[in-house]
This record gives sequence, structure tokens and C-alpha cells, in this order.
Amino acid sequence: MILLSLKNLVKSFGGLAAVAGVSLEVNRGDVVGLIGPNGAGKTTVFNLVTGAIPPDDGNIFFDGRNLAGLAPHQIVRLGLARTYQTIRLFPKISVLENVLCGCHCRMRSGVLSSFFRLPAQRREERSALDRAMEELEFVGIADKRRLAAGGLAYGDQRRLEIARALASEPKLLVLDEPAGGMNEQETMELRGLIAAILARDITVMLIEHDIGFVMRVSNRLAVMENGALIAEGPPGEIRRDPRVIEAYLGVDD
Amino acid sequence: MPGKIGLILAIPLFFALPWLGIGAYWNGVLNMVGLYAILALSLNVILGHAGMFHMGHAAFFAIGSYAAAILNTRYGWPIFATLPVAGAAAGLAAILVAAPIIHLRGDYLLMVTIGIVEIVRIALVNDVLGLTGGPNGIVGVGRPVLFGWRLTRPEHFFLLIWGTVGLSMLLFNRLEDSRFGRALKYIREDATAAEGMGVDTVRYKLAAFGIGAVWAGFAGVIYASQMRTISPASFSYWESVLLFMIVILGGSGNQWGVLLGSFLVIGLPELFRGLQDTRLLFFGAALMAMMIFRPQGLLPPRRRDYPLPERWGGKYR
Repeated sequence: MILLSLKNLVKSFGGLAAVAGVSLEVNRGDVVGLIGPNGAGKTTVFNLVTGAIPPDDGNIFFDGRNLAGLAPHQIVRLGLARTYQTIRLFPKISVLENVLCGCHCRMRSGVLSSFFRLPAQRREERSALDRAMEELEFVGIADKRRLAAGGLAYGDQRRLEIARALASEPKLLVLDEPAGGMNEQETMELRGLIAAILARDITVMLIEHDIGFVMRVSNRLAVMENGALIAEGPPGEIRRDPRVIEAYLGVDD
Repeated sequence: MPGKIGLILAIPLFFALPWLGIGAYWNGVLNMVGLYAILALSLNVILGHAGMFHMGHAAFFAIGSYAAAILNTRYGWPIFATLPVAGAAAGLAAILVAAPIIHLRGDYLLMVTIGIVEIVRIALVNDVLGLTGGPNGIVGVGRPVLFGWRLTRPEHFFLLIWGTVGLSMLLFNRLEDSRFGRALKYIREDATAAEGMGVDTVRYKLAAFGIGAVWAGFAGVIYASQMRTISPASFSYWESVLLFMIVILGGSGNQWGVLLGSFLVIGLPELFRGLQDTRLLFFGAALMAMMIFRPQGLLPPRRRDYPLPERWGGKYR
């Protein structure tokens, strides 16, 4: 069953075609790795999918809905959550409060129910706290809930970003270089975490430069070069694809 | 806990002050401090919590004040009956003027909001709609009546004003500790990330403006009935600057800081009346020193610690 489908996406910055007609499908239960050299347009694809920037042309369908014209917060509500390549936590506020941000879109209390502390508002707060703690425990940093997010070790900040995204109850989780800056131990733990996310019936799409990691964790790979998709398929096939080898290693003339 | 006990003792003592021989002058000063505190607490929602640089708060204060004065003097409404209309008028005006500028960041928003307060003041001077009385303003605003008790003396207004300060602090504290308040905090910290995590940033920014303005409108009602005469001169750009200063100096985002800021910015200069105009010089120097050595304000907000549900070993009530 197709969860996400990109149809002929185009995005240019000035004269540069960052994404030049990319079409891609992601099935429910997939872990799709998006790889390619620097500047190939991977992060632009992610920014288009999450609504951070609008496409010049083409369409994105998620869970049967066209995402055209939707603001990022509306897309999150539909069940598409992300993490950022350069970590974008709220550094000065606590770890727990960071995760509560993910809960926001699944809550409904407004100004008046907060002014008067209505029972429904208190119940909702309670279950949001519960949810946030569950996600912190899921990624393994529940004991650090009181600390300022900016004070966490790098690997923990990456986990916290994942916890915050998971708290929004996504169907699809989009990870932009989750292993970036991680040591070998942390990368190994991240593999376990992604497997656990998958076990929760959440589909994963990730950009990653660590080829060994992305080969092991993904069941499908999509390779980009100069804004175009040059190959797509299971990791075993991609590894032998001459165009991919050429894009990564170059060829002798 | 000793802090809490101190507070429980200090609050009744504070409310008894007008009857402890402080005199009419200092009673008046405290009333002014309280009125600015209400305004600054409402500005704190916009500037402190949501982090939007808004230096035109006097505009909404003016709208509330004039709404009350017009309804009272022309149509004979009792003062407290004008509260909903004055609040709604200020809130609506805020949302209307903020909607097209809400995407502006930092200094740019600041400049536009300065424009707003000037436009409102000039409109009032020019007797807009023939209702505002031009440069002379409106005279003869009635006294408020609360459950048959007619408020006339400064100590009556002391109770009304500081009671409202207390109520504002209670309500805004609850607001801060809620989904709404957190949304504003996320926006202040990183609006792009907040939007990317599911917060409707435009809506929440507008709502913050609206709530702050409604509250400023309420403060305007109290002000009009206390002064009995209002004129455009009371709602100048300088008032907006003072309010901005109170929030930043006290510690934007922290209510106790805002309260302290009100005492320092409004109350303290009264102590140095004798120095006449040079006091502004010292005031300016003190502000500069603050910005260099303690830019986060005197009492910056602390990281909030959440009580957890029982299954996590907490005591969420």
C-alpha cells in the first residue's frame, strides 16, 4: 500500500534546479533511504515533502491526500513528522517540554479551558505528559527530562528530536541524516531504534551519508544526483548499479 | 516553602497599605504602578512569551479606554458593563492590524507597531468619527460601581487595580502552563521548528496579540474611570516604550520579573522626583548597564518542571 508518492517534483532556486522532476513511491512499512552526493537535492526533497517550501511543479500525495498548499503544521497533523539535518531543538527549554511540542497537534485545549483549568484540559495535559514520557523512554533518555535540551550530548539531542517527532503520532517519519555526527556505538543503537520505530507500524524515510548504515537499515534505496533520481531499488541491486557507482566514485575516461 | 509563607503574609499587608498612612500621593503612585503592571503583564504574553517585539501596546490601551469613556458618557453605560465591549474592541483592532504584519520578525515588527500607536493617537487627536473629542479628549467619565459599592477614592481604586493585577497573574500563569502557553514558547525559541512540529504559528501569534490587547483594553476601562478624563496625550508612543522597558528589564516571560519591572520603571522615578529631569539620565544609564551585564532581565523565566503522572513516580494532581 502506497503511503507517500511524489509525482514529478520540481524545485529551482534562482537558476539552479535543486529538484528536477523526482517521482518516488514509499510503501507502508518501508524504510526508504535517500542517498546521493552532497548537493544532489535530498534535503530539498524532504523540505518539499514536509511543506517547509512549496514545489514549483509536481504533486505530493500522502495517505491519499494531495499536500499542495498545506502549511507544515497541517502536514504534521496528517501524520508526517520530521527531524532536521542541523538539529533544531528548543535548546533553552527542558527535554520533556521539547517532546510536548510534538504532542501539541494531537491536543485541543484553548485559552479559556486553560484559564479555568477545566477537567478536560487537565486530563489532556496528563495524557500528553504520559505520552511525552513514553516517547522519552522509547528513545532511552527519560532520566534526562529535566535538563535543558541544548545541554544534552549530541547523540541524545538526535534521539530527542526523534522522540519529539514521534510524539506527534506520525504514520511516516522523515529523518534527515539521523546518524550524522554519531560515533559507531551510537549509530548501532540508532539501528535498533529505527527497527523499533518500524515495529510500531511507522514508515521511515531517511537521508544518510553513512552508506554502510543506510544499506543495513533500509529495505529500499533511492539515489539522487544533480536533482534527479538516478536509481531506485533494494540495497543489493543499488550496490551493483553502474550509474550509482559512477555517481559516487566517478569512472575512468 | 519559606518563600510561599512570606508571600501569604506579604499579600494582605500590601493590600492594607492605603490604610496604613501612606498618604494620597503614594497611594496614587501605587495605583499607577499597578495599572502599568496590568498592562505590562498583558504585553508579556506578546513580548515575553511569544517573543514578538511589539512596541505599540498603548494603542490597545487607548482603544479600551476610549470605548469605555464613549459608551459611558454618551450612552450612559455603567463602567463595568463596558468591559466586554472595550476588551473586544481592543482585541479585534489588534488582530486586524496584526494580521498583515504577523510574519515580520524582530526589529521590523517593532517599527510597524510603533506606527500603530502613532496612528491611533493621531486619529484620536483628529476626533475620528466625531466621538473622541479631539485633543481635549473626553471628560466626565463615571465611577465604577461594584455590587452597589461606588469606587471613588484612591484607596478604592487601589483595591480594584491590585485585585486585577492578582487576577491577571493567576490567569496568565495558568495560560503559560498550558498547551497555548507552550505553543508561544516554542514560537519564541524557534518559529520554524515550532511550525515544523505541528504548531499553527500564525494563529498562535495572532491569538497572543489578541489576548494581550483584550487585557490592555480592560486596563483602559479602569484607567478611564479612575482618571475621569482621558485625552490622546495619555496614550503616546512613550507609554509603549515604558511598557516595553518594564517587560524587558524585569525579565520577559516571568510575571514576577514584570511586576518588579513595574515598580522599578514607574515607582522608582517617583522616589527621585527632587532630581527633576536628571533622573532620566540616571535611568538611561541604568538601562544601558542592564543591557550589557544582564540582558535577560532581572528575573528571567526559569525552566518549567512538570509534575508527572503517578506511573512515572510523579504527583500530577
